[in-house]
Amino acid sequence: MAFTHEKIETNVILMAVLTLITVAIGGLVQIVPLFTIESTIEKVDGMRPYSPLELAGRNIYIREGCYTCHSQQVRPFRDELERYGHFSLAAESMYDHPFQWGSKRTGPDLARLGGKYSNDWHVAHLIDPRAVVPESIMPPYAFLARRPLEANDIEAHLRTLRLLGVPYTDEMIANARADLVAQTDPDGNSDALLKRYPKAVVAAFQGEPGKPTEMDALVAYLQMLGTLVDFKSVNIEQLRQ
Amino acid sequence: MSALAAAAGAPSRTPDHAVAKSAPVYVDDPIRAFAVVTIFWGVVGFLAGTFVASQLAFPFMNLDLPWTTFGRVRPVHTSAVIFAFGGNALFMTSLYIVQRTCGARLFGGNPAAWFLFWCYQLVIVLAASGYVLGVTSGKEYAEFEWYVDALLTVMWVAYLVIYVGTVMKRTEPHIYVANWFFLAFIITVAMLHLGNNAAIPIALGSTKAYHFASGVQDAMIQWWYGHNAVGFFLTAAFLGMMYYFIPKQANRPVYSYRLSIVHFWALTFLYIWAGPHHLHYTALPEWAQMLGMTFSIMLWMPSWGGMINGIMTLSGAWEKLRTDPGLRFSVTAVAFYGMSTFEGPLMSVRAVNSLSHWTDWTIGHVHSGAMGWVGFIVFGTLYYLVPVLWKRSQVYSAKLMSWHFWIATLGIVFYITAMWVSGIMQGLMWRAYDEFGFLQYSFVETVQAMHPFYVIRMLGGVLYVTGALIMAYNLWMTVRSPSTAPVRAPQAAAAE
Repeated sequence: MAFTHEKIETNVILMAVLTLITVAIGGLVQIVPLFTIESTIEKVDGMRPYSPLELAGRNIYIREGCYTCHSQQVRPFRDELERYGHFSLAAESMYDHPFQWGSKRTGPDLARLGGKYSNDWHVAHLIDPRAVVPESIMPPYAFLARRPLEANDIEAHLRTLRLLGVPYTDEMIANARADLVAQTDPDGNSDALLKRYPKAVVAAFQGEPGKPTEMDALVAYLQMLGTLVDFKSVNIEQLRQ
Repeated sequence: MSALAAAAGAPSRTPDHAVAKSAPVYVDDPIRAFAVVTIFWGVVGFLAGTFVASQLAFPFMNLDLPWTTFGRVRPVHTSAVIFAFGGNALFMTSLYIVQRTCGARLFGGNPAAWFLFWCYQLVIVLAASGYVLGVTSGKEYAEFEWYVDALLTVMWVAYLVIYVGTVMKRTEPHIYVANWFFLAFIITVAMLHLGNNAAIPIALGSTKAYHFASGVQDAMIQWWYGHNAVGFFLTAAFLGMMYYFIPKQANRPVYSYRLSIVHFWALTFLYIWAGPHHLHYTALPEWAQMLGMTFSIMLWMPSWGGMINGIMTLSGAWEKLRTDPGLRFSVTAVAFYGMSTFEGPLMSVRAVNSLSHWTDWTIGHVHSGAMGWVGFIVFGTLYYLVPVLWKRSQVYSAKLMSWHFWIATLGIVFYITAMWVSGIMQGLMWRAYDEFGFLQYSFVETVQAMHPFYVIRMLGGVLYVTGALIMAYNLWMTVRSPSTAPVRAPQAAAAE
């Protein structure tokens, strides 16, 4: 007996089931292998979870919708390599819940922003972008400098991320608040912090050691972007996906 | 109507042909409410869009307040137009159409529809107020935080039950084609919503949650969701609208029954693969990018099949384009649909995308779809549906409808041409080298060059809002005009 479409269009349950199967296939084929193929995330040295202050800064970055204007993804083109730096690796966002690659460059890419400008430049620029770059159309974020960082639940953030696979240790969680303050105090002892979070930028970003503001957290995050992987030690074979 | 149905020959080609004999009492009050909020949220969403457009042209418009910065208001704009304006329009039309084409009263009756209505308005208000206060998941077009996602999940299950329940109550053996598209929309959006919003809150009392996936996997899931929010929320469901209201407005059967079957299954199968074209040349493995590009190009075919099916439905009724401004909106919408679905596959080609990605070209593309296709098909539908729902013989002023049409069309032309120029120009400036082999432009010089186009885009937005306000006034006056409908005569039911 020949098949007719009548069978489907007279049975809503059959139609619903067939529709679900039809729309499920594409996603399954594209998403599941990304979790199972091991070479999807390159094996490179240097990646570590965000320090508590950087994580708080990243959450401010998300809260303010920075991703609506800034990408964090350098593509492998000559002009992007010269303008921003080495193209982005999948490994570099492996601890990013959620990812922040963005979709628009109303402002420049930020994937390799860390270390390009001084802390003072960032603070001044965030407070009044046009005081530093007259042609900029970025909104001013002066209020970040006035707000003390609220981080009483920082352990809960770390614990939740550990549940999702970010390798935070018990020690990191136990010291989260101390590390958060220590990163804003260059005169204090930051050895333990730097052992847990190598390359973390320790500074009184905004000028008040040990009293973190939202501005401090955001600048700490911006200053580490794209700095973790040491590209001198990476060879091209490692980058094959 | 019955003569037309007989002429149609094939099943399911003409809406409502089963309903003539004894129409049940339809659930209409909540649908009227959905119509009102569609107009309201439309104006709010367009205003928010114009506001953020003005911020890009004139940064002082950020007003130096935390909750009015571009980063916080832009999600208000996108959510307001997609979910509040588009979503309420979809509830309005899907609940209206499913009852008429099935000849059945809505499953669950008035309480079920009112539950959907109030639940959805709560979702919108919770989400929007969250954005301005800084509560966002940071995933584009899915910025709802976990508690809003949970509420939406509950109401979406109810929506599916109400919809399928009504279809099962039908008195007509065949399920009309508009319902296939609405059903696919409800099922697929449920799948996407659950996949892209699977997050763990840090505490039950906290608004903050972390998505289960990270980095490259999260990127793939995000654009699997993001592109199919376009594909199923803004396309499949609005095609359901096209398949019902264009035949009704033109008083002609759907052009080809066979084409609607091919259109439906090809679209549902192919669309879901297109996501990776948002991630060309990123750290997403190349095999996934190639799949995304290939399917995006194939998608051109069902898209144009659907466009042809919609436009050719006017065969033998072309003169109505001159006399019925409402139909003009609907048909122009389908033309914009054809244009955007040609542009989309083009931009998904990796070589083109290397230029267009990250630029305003993408923004222009989205808006030719959103303002031209989604907006116009809703306007056309409202001009048809408001007089029907409030039992008025016609819209208050055909002249104002025409004004709306031309002002809004001009607004779209301003918008998309400005974004084409600025997008392609910025893409070229980023990769320009001077004679010494250095990058010719600093980034901020390319920002500066965008200014005139951002002003033109903002003016396009002002025109579009103006058109919507004219519509709101016109429809308000329609509702206020005296009722003209006869009191439930059998002929009236048949004409319905």
